[in-house]
Amino acid sequence: MPLIALANPSRFVALANRVLPWLWGATAVAFAAGLYLSLFVAPDDYQQGATVKIMFIHVPNAWLSMFVWGVMCVAALGTLVWRHPLADVAQKAAAPLGAAFTFLALVTGSLWGRPMWGTYWVWDARLTSVLVLFLMYLGVIALWRAVEDPSRAARAVAILTLVGAINIPIIKFSVDWWNTLHQPASVFRIGGPTIDISMLVPLFVMAIAFTLLFVTLHIAAMRTEILRRRIRTLRLLQAQGANVGVRA
Amino acid sequence: MSAFAALLARDIRIALRIGGGALTGVLFFLTLVTLLPFALGPDLALLRRIGPALLWLGALLASLLALDRLFADDQADGSLDLLLTGTLPLEFAVAAKALAHWLTTGLPLVIASPVLGLMLNLEPPALGVVTLTLAVGTPALTFLGTIGAALAATLRRGGLLLPIVILPLTVPVLIFGVSAANAALVGPVPFGAPFAILCALTLFSLVLGPVAAAAALRHGLE
Amino acid sequence: MSPGGHAGFIIAAYAVVLAVVAALVVWIEADFRAQKRTLAQMEDRRAGAAGERAQP
Repeated sequence: MPLIALANPSRFVALANRVLPWLWGATAVAFAAGLYLSLFVAPDDYQQGATVKIMFIHVPNAWLSMFVWGVMCVAALGTLVWRHPLADVAQKAAAPLGAAFTFLALVTGSLWGRPMWGTYWVWDARLTSVLVLFLMYLGVIALWRAVEDPSRAARAVAILTLVGAINIPIIKFSVDWWNTLHQPASVFRIGGPTIDISMLVPLFVMAIAFTLLFVTLHIAAMRTEILRRRIRTLRLLQAQGANVGVRA
Repeated sequence: MSAFAALLARDIRIALRIGGGALTGVLFFLTLVTLLPFALGPDLALLRRIGPALLWLGALLASLLALDRLFADDQADGSLDLLLTGTLPLEFAVAAKALAHWLTTGLPLVIASPVLGLMLNLEPPALGVVTLTLAVGTPALTFLGTIGAALAATLRRGGLLLPIVILPLTVPVLIFGVSAANAALVGPVPFGAPFAILCALTLFSLVLGPVAAAAALRHGLE
Repeated sequence: MSPGGHAGFIIAAYAVVLAVVAALVVWIEADFRAQKRTLAQMEDRRAGAAGERAQP
């Protein structure tokens, strides 16, 4: 494998090493501001009381669960159209992060709903769509682990990611339909009909904080994935070199 | 066109041969519908109420489990490479194979469903409606499933990966299929709307399935 | 802030988020260190082997 193929990812690793400390700092600052606003400044909802504070950690995770799939799609296009090795790495690093944020959206959504609905899970339309999205993330991760060659795996996962993206609106539509079929009574919608401006600002700040967190973790995970590929290449070269030594 | 027909005929012939696995899907369907009352109890009223949903779930699982044979044999003996380099565009080749798979696996499920519906105490009008929805919906399940089959084709131990990957994509088909099937029984929602959406989903899958599966095969076999 | 009877849920929600995020950070960082170590060891071995082969 020519060294030139590694050159671009190497530049990425160097860049990541320089940028990550700043990203960590920015993330910490954003979270400090967001948590302060959410916990101490935002008022209680007249209906839900203080449990509305869960919204400030639920909504950003729900947003991220969709955003990360979008990032995976962009990376997938990079893999299929340009065969860019950095695209493969970006795809692979994003999947577990997306799954984690989706999981958090589900758990916080369930905990938010429990005081209102009385049970931890009521197959609410939005949470059920997120559950299906979680299964799709797990499917992607399973596919990554099923193919040994990272480049081939990246291409397979890219197709699955894009097919999934096409289907997400269809799935969302069908789950909404299914939900109205089975719950004709007015269902309490997470988030309420409108969100007051005094709650929008903390929500916005927390959304930025979580997005910064994803970007930071993503770049860090990409850096590690590049190293992992380098190790794999070296191992393969060593194995070939050992063969040559034996024959000579 | 004749290449398409030739591939279609070949696949049907192979599937119907001994070891081709064509009718095992129906057998699984029958077994499942037999098992369900063991789990649920023989309450006829309950079975009638959830009968359409049980039939749909059974057809879905039977379709998915039969899908890994779609490309496995061709991958093993090298015919898949021939298809890749042949004159028939790969998308059409995949479509021909998927159609053959539905004719030998999905269609038998559709034909078996009225009989199994009787076991679940469904009334004749309900039987007709369920069979119609399955007839329209099982092609969607097969064609969406070819995407998973193509992704898993080159894996030695594909196993449950294929269902895991495909099941989320089949959720809309399941929802609208059951919704249409139930409309004859329960009827708060008319039959037309979900059935039309089901038809649209099937048509959509007839395009998306072969295109995505062909892409997966091309990228996976280099 | 009037938590009412629901303070437990709020705390639980924030705690889960904190736990999962912390786990992600620790996992990524530990994984990076492990890969860096392995890579360094492999490159040392290669340099060592090349050095030995250079001295007949």
